[in-house]
Amino acid sequence: MTDYVSTTPGLFPLPDWAKDDLSDLKGHQKHDLISGDEGEEIESVYERARADVIEAQEAAGLDRVSEGQLRWDDMLAHPLAVHPAVDTQGIVRYYDNNNFYRDPVVEDDLEFSGDVGAELESAADLTDSPLQAILPGPYSLADLATDEHYGDDETFLEAIAEFLAGEIEAFPDHETLFLLEPSLVENAPDDGLDELASEAIDTVAAATDADVVAHTFYGPLEEKVYAHLLDADIDAVGVDFVTEQDQTLYNIQEYGATDDIALGLVDGQNTLVEDPEAVRDRAEWVFENLPVSEFETVYLTSNTETFYLPYATYEEKLEALAGAADLAEVKA
Amino acid sequence: MSTNENRDQFRPDGHENDHFLLTTVVGSYPKPKWLNRAKELFEDPDHKFDADDYDEAKDDAARLITQEHDRAGLDVVVDGEMRRNEMVEFFAHRIEGYEFNGPVKVWGHNYFDKPSVVSDVEYTDSWLVDEYEFTASVTDRPVKVPITGPYTLANWSFNEAYDDDDELTLALADLVNEEIEKLVEAGARYIQIDEPALATTPDDHAIVGEALEHIVADIPEEVRIGLHVCYGDYSRIYPEILEFPVDEFDLELANGDYDQLDVFKDPEFTADLALGVTDVHVAEAESVEQIEENILKGLEVVPPEQLVVSPDCGVKLLPREVAYGKMANMVEAARNVEAALDEERIDIERGAPTAAGN
Repeated sequence: MTDYVSTTPGLFPLPDWAKDDLSDLKGHQKHDLISGDEGEEIESVYERARADVIEAQEAAGLDRVSEGQLRWDDMLAHPLAVHPAVDTQGIVRYYDNNNFYRDPVVEDDLEFSGDVGAELESAADLTDSPLQAILPGPYSLADLATDEHYGDDETFLEAIAEFLAGEIEAFPDHETLFLLEPSLVENAPDDGLDELASEAIDTVAAATDADVVAHTFYGPLEEKVYAHLLDADIDAVGVDFVTEQDQTLYNIQEYGATDDIALGLVDGQNTLVEDPEAVRDRAEWVFENLPVSEFETVYLTSNTETFYLPYATYEEKLEALAGAADLAEVKA
Repeated sequence: MSTNENRDQFRPDGHENDHFLLTTVVGSYPKPKWLNRAKELFEDPDHKFDADDYDEAKDDAARLITQEHDRAGLDVVVDGEMRRNEMVEFFAHRIEGYEFNGPVKVWGHNYFDKPSVVSDVEYTDSWLVDEYEFTASVTDRPVKVPITGPYTLANWSFNEAYDDDDELTLALADLVNEEIEKLVEAGARYIQIDEPALATTPDDHAIVGEALEHIVADIPEEVRIGLHVCYGDYSRIYPEILEFPVDEFDLELANGDYDQLDVFKDPEFTADLALGVTDVHVAEAESVEQIEENILKGLEVVPPEQLVVSPDCGVKLLPREVAYGKMANMVEAARNVEAALDEERIDIERGAPTAAGN
């Protein structure tokens, strides 16, 4: 019997009160963004905001609770942006969105940081629900960054993977780990690098006992990239069924799937809130079109992060996801 | 000397030189601090400062800035967009079908009240006729009306109601057309469509062109329509944009030190060029000499009768005295270049690529 798990790829919007407080405390300019050594006052705003988003996930009834990544001013580039071996430079566009982050330029060895682990510890103190860790996938993090230290793409990707694996060693117990890999879609790896991208995911996945989901979004994967991703030692591939359906479906029909799967069925970038029934129906539509008899676990998630949304809409999206998983569970 | 009827309707009577390089601005201007303070008072429920008081403050600010443009000597003026808060929000509040759900992140702690289109967009009351009529009543100079374009309005909103963003863009274009009709009825002769989103998604030039066809439908020839685009890779939209039904392209080029100028030399630039000659990201007024050099860059692309002179973009983020300095120097520089053209002291080969190292 299939287990339906409602969850998200994290990176939530800040509650509106925290947007105001942090604007006042931190400022609006490039040098005001997160550095990792914020004072007590700023940290306490983040702690209260973290408690808010954990409560929101629990109230909605999500099956996995994320820390929220509210400190990630630079979105998926965050783990590098706060790293001592990294210089944050100009403001650059975040994928194809009207959002921007600081270009993290790696200038020295990427040693253990502990920044994300500390966030997760704080989250673990606030909830008894199964915890989900979120990290950028190694390929995406390397793609978002600039290397001025390691020298070539392959070495840099490997170094990023080792760095992420090292961070995971310091994580508290977590049920699942989502590795977000939008760059596999938006800036697909060339021949050779696609295989290395999957090996880099192996390196990261090997550092945890949790179930690992490599989640992709902003559209379909090229079939070769999808095929390589299946070779990685992960529990589930995550796919975006909001942006595009045909190519994504074709990939799964043609190359099969992991034993578990994550379906991005709720739009993380539009305020239109889906009905749980509609989300459940979309999941069924996917299964009807697949030869796979049954998945062990199906993660129902938004396709993208949700920081693009107003806070109130984000809360409604959580409810849609939790509701959809409940409905699917009953039916199954 | 050839003429350009559409542009030269804005030539002031008794203009000092034979040549005429129309000087204008893109639109926004720093708000006086007291206007921001008035807004805070108006938004404070415990304060007696009411809507009428705030309207009066906005009228005063619009009068002040229009006359500041006047004083700088601009040939065509704007009210500095004193009544507008942000380029999408302002219009979304006036268009039926939009709703607001709260601020969303742009970067760091910079947020924007990104609106959602939740039903068919509809035109109800005029958006800008009052603004135009007021501005026109406080100056003797021609007034330009900047309007956020439908592509940007669609792109920088959540689309809940239309099958795709192209459909929403065209629906909004029809509303912009309706608004321009009202503005023309009220006497406006110079409209500028602002499409900053085009530069960030250049592959969409076809839909922007289609939207412009909707926008100019049944608008009289003599009404001047400009298109403002900024901060992008122009090689990806040129020469395709020459097909757009507009009289003028207003382009940011000073910020990149004219490194994209050659893009517009081949094929020949057939529309009027409103050239950005001062960088709005430098908080210091460029010298008259520097701006003269920048204006000459424009003459590498178009002949004088097709050239308009303007800052790169809205100047609202600059200190007010710097914004004024840039405009005043810009006008002086334009007049100097006109005089030099009259005296045939300028020899520029049009269409030749910039020499390497220049």
